[in-house]
Amino acid sequence: MTVLLDVAEFSKLYPVGGVPGPLARLKRRFSGGPEKLPKVHAVDDVSFVVAKGETVGLVGESGCGKSTLVRALTRLIDASDGSVKLGTRELSLTPARLFASDPDRARIQMVFQDAGESVNPRFTGFDAIADPLRRLRKLRGNALRERVETVASQCGLPLQLLTRFPHQLSGGQRARVGIARAIAVEPDLLVLDEPTAALDVSVQVVILQLLQRLKKELGMSYLFVSHDLSVVRLICDRVLVMYLGKIVESGPAAEVFEHPLHPYTQALVAAVPRLHEDGSPPLRLSGEPRSPIDPDPNVCRFYGRCPRGTDACKTTMPALRRFGDRQVACHFAEEFLPQPGALS
Amino acid sequence: MNAAAALSVEGLSVEFRTRSGIVRALENVSFSVDKGETIALVGESGSGKSVTAYAVMGILDPAGRVTAGRAMLGGLDLLAAKPSQLADVRGREIAMIFQNPRTALNPIRTVGRQIADVLIRHGNVPRREAPAQAIEMLRSVGITDPARRANAYPFEMSGGMCQRVMIAIALAAKPTLLIADEPTTGLDVTTQAVIMDLVGDLAGQMGMATIFITHDLALAGQRSARIVVMHAGHVVENAPTKELFAQPRHPYTAELIAATPDAAASLDALASIPGSLPDLRRADLPPCRYSERCPRKNALCAQPLPQPAPDARHVVACWNPLPGPTAGPRLVSAPTESAA
Repeated sequence: MTVLLDVAEFSKLYPVGGVPGPLARLKRRFSGGPEKLPKVHAVDDVSFVVAKGETVGLVGESGCGKSTLVRALTRLIDASDGSVKLGTRELSLTPARLFASDPDRARIQMVFQDAGESVNPRFTGFDAIADPLRRLRKLRGNALRERVETVASQCGLPLQLLTRFPHQLSGGQRARVGIARAIAVEPDLLVLDEPTAALDVSVQVVILQLLQRLKKELGMSYLFVSHDLSVVRLICDRVLVMYLGKIVESGPAAEVFEHPLHPYTQALVAAVPRLHEDGSPPLRLSGEPRSPIDPDPNVCRFYGRCPRGTDACKTTMPALRRFGDRQVACHFAEEFLPQPGALS
Repeated sequence: MNAAAALSVEGLSVEFRTRSGIVRALENVSFSVDKGETIALVGESGSGKSVTAYAVMGILDPAGRVTAGRAMLGGLDLLAAKPSQLADVRGREIAMIFQNPRTALNPIRTVGRQIADVLIRHGNVPRREAPAQAIEMLRSVGITDPARRANAYPFEMSGGMCQRVMIAIALAAKPTLLIADEPTTGLDVTTQAVIMDLVGDLAGQMGMATIFITHDLALAGQRSARIVVMHAGHVVENAPTKELFAQPRHPYTAELIAATPDAAASLDALASIPGSLPDLRRADLPPCRYSERCPRKNALCAQPLPQPAPDARHVVACWNPLPGPTAGPRLVSAPTESAA
């Protein structure tokens, strides 16, 4: 297994209430010691790897830090702490502002949630796909046209649609433009942020099958962000479950969905509506997530919503522990293992 | 149609006049929901689910026009009612939960006051007692610390909380019929489950009929006793949920079930639905609007659609439906080993 992306101890904090201006800073300096600003811990000490050719799913509810993590990995924002390595290149040392013109920019590309809103409405399909090629590959004229047409047909986009604007395309066709634009510069890692959330089921299937085929043909790795677990189960090899800025569980997708170990994952899996009910008892989360503003480092993030919630959870933050090829951050993970002690 | 019906929609047709022609958004839509029953309207975007609800509520866009049909609520035809009659019925008899609670709530009014407004207008609650009752409503939809939350504005609350407030507003005057238009779209699955439980429980307590509009077939199956499948402004199939999943008779329903991720063990096993919705502005729309995508199309399909028997339990708008429960191979596989 060759590691493509290696994220280690990655954190992203945001100050709350705006950054104080010079006057406020002066005032604070003269009215007693330097107070620490409250901070939102959007992503807190996250480590994982994506292997070459692998599809890793990232799931979790809104506000759990998925999008922040993805934006930092695609180098649209800067990290607060930690390292992001793409192959041998350390990316976190290059500020996001400069990375836009970096030769490695082409290696990480992103497919955004709703192509109807993320594609420039004044760009035709051709322009949308050509734009990254012009900027990153410096292609012009015939070479550019040929490349755009190759990519469009790879994505199943009829060439006569390339002259159309986004509003003249259907949802599925727009999704294809979004994908074609991202793969045009032949990235190693494609980050997909809910690529099918805006699509109907019938179109969703086609797009997922297209993504699967492209991955095989082009040998890319995918980081697939979604909150639709039934889709993640279908397309991902491995899955990371995030809760309030932390990874609470990771492992092979099939295993995680068959035997979720973390109580949050269990609730998540139980909440997915199924066509054919299997009669398993409903598991519901009560309450609201804890505040992500300066959370107590000694309390489990899930405490308060967790059906388990013991005193140990209130005093010690559970570490992400390894069980075979799975990792779980729960004090009671052993109880849910298929055979206790069978995995080291 | 039948005495137990809370709402019965008969032969509803709706058109929209647009610059590029007349869009025949609904044609001859009929279904009914019994008192205390939950049904689901299911279909892809553009199938006419929401338009049906808007027409029944009398809140169609000004470009839209009801060209035929009745919607009987008790003895009142909602489609022929005067605006003043409708205003009395809305909120008191029928209430609606809208998609995207954040935009549907009034952003510059506290949620407590928004609930109190409904109580005063439709619930016969004296102005003075309304705030206290609004807090009670917030408590009943499971909002913690309701007295404090009543003074919050929608932007101060999470999506799930806003949806609870919407539910509280909808149920404030104890309506007999609730229309929930994609109530959980945009919410997380865990929140979705909790909100759907809440609607189900409250509807059960009040004996309220519910029309649940969704594009998620699995969610519809979990939450409703009967499913009405719509395609391009037609009701293509209307059947009890179990029957529909076990033995879909309309080719479109079968394709929809086969395309839903849960049913398949792998991505390759998922089937896509060929073609797309027909352009509803066309003058030459075939009688069956699915026929141009349909694998089972035959010569009969050029005729007007078959009329269902008035008391049919399983309605299929198709000349060449898939075989019924008694004959033929099962098309959709039973639950796979995922139950283990």
